[in-house]
Amino acid sequence: MSYVPNTSAEQQEMLRAVGASSIEDLLTPIPEAVRLQRPLDLPPSLAEPDLRRLMVGMAEQNADLDHYISFLGAGTYDHFVPSLVPALVKRSEFLTSYTPYQPEVSQGMLQAIYEYQTMVCQLTNMDVANASLYDGSTAVVEGALMAVGPSGRGEVLVSHALDPQYRATLQTYAHARGFTLREIGLDDGITSVAELEAAMTPETKAVVIQQPNFFGALEDVRGIERVTHTGQAAFIVAITEPASLGVLATPGDYGADIVAAEGQSLGNPMGYGGPALGMFAARNSFLRKLPGRLAGKTVDSRGQDAYVLTLQTREQQIRRERATSNICTNQSLLAVAATIYLAALGKQGFRELGEQCLQRAHYAQERICSLPGFEPIFTRPFFDEFAVRCPMPVEQLNARLRDEGISGGYDLSRDYPELDNAALFCVTETRTRDDIETLVAAMEEVAGENR
Amino acid sequence: MSTEKLIFEMGAPGRRAALLPAMDIPTKPLDQLVPQDMLRAEPAPLPEVSEIEVVRHFTHLSQRNFGVDTGFYPLGSCTMKYNPKVNEEMAGLPGFARIHPLEHESMTQGAIQLLYELEGYLAEIAGMKRVTLQPAAGAHGEITGLMIIKAYHEHRGEGHRNIVLIPDGAHGTNPASATLADYQTVELKSDARGGVDVEHLAQVLAEHEGKIAALMMTNPNTLGVFDENIIEIAKRVHDVGGQLYYDGANANAIMGITRPGDMGFDVVHLNLHKTTSTPHGGGGPGSGPIGVAEHLVPFLPGPLPAKGHQGYYWEDAGPLSIGRMRANAGNFLVLVRAYTYIRSNGPDGLRHVSESAVLNANYVMRALQDYYELPFDRACMHEFVFSANRQKAVGVRALDISKRLLDFGIHPPTNYFPLIVPEALMIEPTETETKETLDEFIAIMRQIAEEAKHQPELVLEAPHVTVVGRLDEALAARKPNLRWQPEPETAAAKA
Repeated sequence: MSYVPNTSAEQQEMLRAVGASSIEDLLTPIPEAVRLQRPLDLPPSLAEPDLRRLMVGMAEQNADLDHYISFLGAGTYDHFVPSLVPALVKRSEFLTSYTPYQPEVSQGMLQAIYEYQTMVCQLTNMDVANASLYDGSTAVVEGALMAVGPSGRGEVLVSHALDPQYRATLQTYAHARGFTLREIGLDDGITSVAELEAAMTPETKAVVIQQPNFFGALEDVRGIERVTHTGQAAFIVAITEPASLGVLATPGDYGADIVAAEGQSLGNPMGYGGPALGMFAARNSFLRKLPGRLAGKTVDSRGQDAYVLTLQTREQQIRRERATSNICTNQSLLAVAATIYLAALGKQGFRELGEQCLQRAHYAQERICSLPGFEPIFTRPFFDEFAVRCPMPVEQLNARLRDEGISGGYDLSRDYPELDNAALFCVTETRTRDDIETLVAAMEEVAGENR
Repeated sequence: MSTEKLIFEMGAPGRRAALLPAMDIPTKPLDQLVPQDMLRAEPAPLPEVSEIEVVRHFTHLSQRNFGVDTGFYPLGSCTMKYNPKVNEEMAGLPGFARIHPLEHESMTQGAIQLLYELEGYLAEIAGMKRVTLQPAAGAHGEITGLMIIKAYHEHRGEGHRNIVLIPDGAHGTNPASATLADYQTVELKSDARGGVDVEHLAQVLAEHEGKIAALMMTNPNTLGVFDENIIEIAKRVHDVGGQLYYDGANANAIMGITRPGDMGFDVVHLNLHKTTSTPHGGGGPGSGPIGVAEHLVPFLPGPLPAKGHQGYYWEDAGPLSIGRMRANAGNFLVLVRAYTYIRSNGPDGLRHVSESAVLNANYVMRALQDYYELPFDRACMHEFVFSANRQKAVGVRALDISKRLLDFGIHPPTNYFPLIVPEALMIEPTETETKETLDEFIAIMRQIAEEAKHQPELVLEAPHVTVVGRLDEALAARKPNLRWQPEPETAAAKA
């Protein structure tokens, strides 16, 4: 099926109308030497019933969370999504529209983005938010680029407890753009403020930390803010789990200049890590330096309130090589899903979400660490993730848990060789007491076998 | 009703549209778990609305939006083709939508297999050796490709190459990406036939000898014209040690007909949200995988999907890799849709797609060329560019023509781009439109050309039937209002 509606007879008629005898006549500008002289080497076309069988077969090779109990987080989170969110976001007027360059026929998307920008500001207590970026990792990159500025030079200090994939992404861009990245070490699972203070130089343009950090632990954000601003650098806060904003102090409260977050948690499926939702917010002073699109409110020729993409002179389609970012396509549909999700949970529900994650994670941590051989690695307060020292290599433990239909905690030694036998567990509102007890019982059994 | 209230202006205290799971564990006071100064003082001031209010509000918003399912969307360079429904359903399967990216490989064999096979399909379509699926969009692919080119030059001890050549008709993302990779850009002129001016290219290459890192090109270019000199251009750039980057925004014209790799390109990005029918979602998500020729494979970001005796797995990047371009493997659910589309079409179907896209564009262009100035009068590929110069002479601009189309339920073409055509109207019908739709568009465009002459006010004051009229964009930029704020007195009353 190629979804081409016109029949061969109709195409012949169209060819006659343009004075061509065959499609080949229209392709003459393509030199013979670069023409593909054979069919593409791809599998043959499939009718929908055969296609479905193939795709369902592949999907069933994956452990989906309708069938497995998962305690994996580490940047991607399983949360309950009310049915109304996918039902509304799949409406084809949203789904099949382009970037709203023609505001008269794009008021729906523009208003939804304006509402999204408002909600991002409400969650973070920041002044201004954009219409979205690719994901949390590239949002952190854009934050660093904005702080570094048009020279592309200088130094960015980044916490060792920032998501390892985010650090790797930042390193890739830093090398290409020409700024320096230096890592700040940890003290009992959080960024060492003393080490940060010692590392600050006049070249330091930004400090990047994650709250809660990769280990789920809460950073000394006020200490970091003081040191960062004393050094005249921008304070960039990365957030991978925005459900935390239901209960935790906001970046606006503790003096962040830029917030770069992963918004998948807010009404979007995990989807094997993508598409994700880069949320980006900042203080007003950055307004004309922001990356990406912005929806703004204005009036129309009839005096009505209306919405439009604005401050476009920052963007690549106008400013080209002097643009504040190269981003064009963003993640609008995921931003709309987040908006619908946050409206559905509302003021009370979003706070409860944060409380449930926090309570359930603490209950699970207490239960797991009551088992012989399992203990907390850090003493810091945490949100919905926590690191546990296990009596065996984590991969060995997890292999056994998989047999029981459980995805165990993330093996921290994959990114932190200094942390052996260390698992990072995540417990959100979707893990029931039964799920937790099933995990605890299975871990007890595996640990028992191991002794 | 011509306005829809903001969600913040609806509802009442205490209303909500979703309940969370029953609390089935013992709880403790929050401040026993987290110190008080780390807790949020006040809940986020989100709306308090019921389910019916949420559903009606976003349904109303969707009704104030135009998509491909609503009507014809000939937006040049954006390939607004039909987005098959089966793609959406496949991407929604729990085995794709509800899987965690850090799950053990043994538990995600189907996902890795899909990515492994898709990588192979895209490499075949582009004529490249290998592909990375990480880039989230075309511009993300561009910066990935430029970083690979940079790493390649550095590896050869030629890190001093600092210039990227970009034709004057290029997409704005090309120069913006070059800056992001710390390159300087030099603009190449177009010749009288709409291709790269080879004489000018030769001059620029000589002038910046030893400094050329790459040439970024779209072929067919943004005029919808296939550059016949591509072999010559590729040779000249390669002769001075430069690399060729292919902006795949226009790949809908070439599938199964020609391949960037065969034209001499070293790096290619493909916009899966254009060429392989994944929906644009009001601006995203997209997906912009890049393919590279053999000599650039070691520089690809990692990990890459691989197949071994034990099944599929993720292979870590080698020592020359540029590193990671984002968290996780890419916009996976978009990749599932693209995979579905390619398997649905097969090799003959994809060629039929491109041929039909070219035919539809030529059909519309020829039917309208007596009514609108055609700056480059030659067979086009999947799109073409008119100038509204004739209409401008009587006071009607490309923008006005675009707005008038809205009255007929048609989305306007891309306007004022490419920059080298004054009053540009860039039209890309795509292959998924019927002859009747194209004929109707032709009739309406002819009518608008007549109106411009005889009833210009009808065009100048358009649109007439949309929910809002033309917007005050200057006001939006002069006094930015980017978020709702409660009225001060309302806030006081609540407190």
